[in-house]
Amino acid sequence: MGAGHAHVLYRDTPSRVHRLAPEVKIAAMVLFTVAVVATPREAFWAFGGYALLVAVVAALARVGPRWLLLRATIEVPFVLFAVALPFLGAGPRTEFAGLSLSVDGLHGAWNIVAKGTLGVLASLLLAATTTTRDLIVGLDRLRCPQIVTQIATFMLRYLDVLVGEARRMRVARISRGDDPRFLWQLRGFAAGVGALFLRAFERGERVYLAMLSRGYTGRMPAVWQGAGAATAGQWVAAATVPLAAVAIAAVAVVLT
Amino acid sequence: METLAMHISNGIINGPVAGIFAAVALAALTFCVLRGRRDLDDRLAPMAGLVAAFIFAVQMLNFPIFTAGVSGHLLGGALAALLVGPWVGALCVSVVLIVQALVFGDGGVAMLGLNITNMALLGTAAAYLLIAGLLRVLPRTPTGLAVTAFVSALVSVVVASQGFVVQYWLGGTTDLGGNLTGLAGTMAGVHLLIGIGEGLITATTVATVAKVRPDLVYALRALRPATAPAPVPAVGGAR
Repeated sequence: MGAGHAHVLYRDTPSRVHRLAPEVKIAAMVLFTVAVVATPREAFWAFGGYALLVAVVAALARVGPRWLLLRATIEVPFVLFAVALPFLGAGPRTEFAGLSLSVDGLHGAWNIVAKGTLGVLASLLLAATTTTRDLIVGLDRLRCPQIVTQIATFMLRYLDVLVGEARRMRVARISRGDDPRFLWQLRGFAAGVGALFLRAFERGERVYLAMLSRGYTGRMPAVWQGAGAATAGQWVAAATVPLAAVAIAAVAVVLT
Repeated sequence: METLAMHISNGIINGPVAGIFAAVALAALTFCVLRGRRDLDDRLAPMAGLVAAFIFAVQMLNFPIFTAGVSGHLLGGALAALLVGPWVGALCVSVVLIVQALVFGDGGVAMLGLNITNMALLGTAAAYLLIAGLLRVLPRTPTGLAVTAFVSALVSVVVASQGFVVQYWLGGTTDLGGNLTGLAGTMAGVHLLIGIGEGLITATTVATVAKVRPDLVYALRALRPATAPAPVPAVGGAR
């Protein structure tokens, strides 16, 4: 890929996890998340096991805990929702530090925080070890319909086009004497949003025509060339994590 | 990139309900893929990508809902329905949600079915039904189109937010007792405000596109038989 492509979360540090084929990582991540969600919330120990699995993968992928935790702030709104639950929930209540809290609400809050955090961490690990381009190749190899991968490809390409056009229009406004500060920048942006869309479309259309003239048929070359497709060994290696999670979930379901 | 998210994250809704909605979303998306293939030509392919990119960028704007600790953001279902039609439009919004869930951890992967049902299916369907109705009733002027865009965007956002309330009622992991109507009210109220913002953005964008290149607006092509001659694409400008 040329310069300037957005790999916001990708960490370019080669590791064993980075070298795995994308389709393997996607499948592992989805299965892991489903296992986490299917776990009964009373099985506190199970979530410790999942956290351990995440930590092991993070270590293998050489992703530091600081990086992970900073990016995990994306789920803050849901944590806030979870904090409200013990006060809003119905059913039997318990006293804690002088507050009357709903037991069901406390369990619900724990449920959201634990499962939400594990899900976010799993996605972040996938994003940190897979470029967006590989992600789409992986989705394609997982038999995702071509129309969907095509829209996704263009979406990721055109994000850069959109950001670039927005930057050019901002420079144009400023060079014509507009001097926006803080929130007032929004006014100029709002007035030009339609023009931005149109400019980005016209540029994007030229990008598309250029791709067509170079032999684009709706799939990226990496897919039909088949290079870097997952080997059986990779599937087995990546399956260890979700299978361990499924085992934990099964034990947790049986025990509770 | 530290943006906040509205999408349902893992653990908010219980597993079985999430599974049911995942099946619903999968079936509906399969139908959209089949219908969308017919729509997607050389003009619509880059448009679909740009609409998805635009929605992706716009969803980064978030409005916190303090009372419930939930935040909301623009959805883009109406914009997609207007510019690329309901089938490809629903796919565009779904792609945005899938990529956000996989790459940004925005919305749980296990809850994708719920999020897609709310924002991609309910939102786009409500918007397109309104668009189809309003474009027949309102005058064929730029104002008519702008009003259509505004109203359909506003309603689609509120409908999508109520989808979450229904799902929470079906399978919320915590029993809120009588507070469910409170949740519905909060969600509707806040999304009414978000809907106004979304309506304004959708209306300005679609009005501009329709003014310069009406051939690009799917709703005008599909719902109003061509009356004007095909315009020459505007090319130029230093870039």
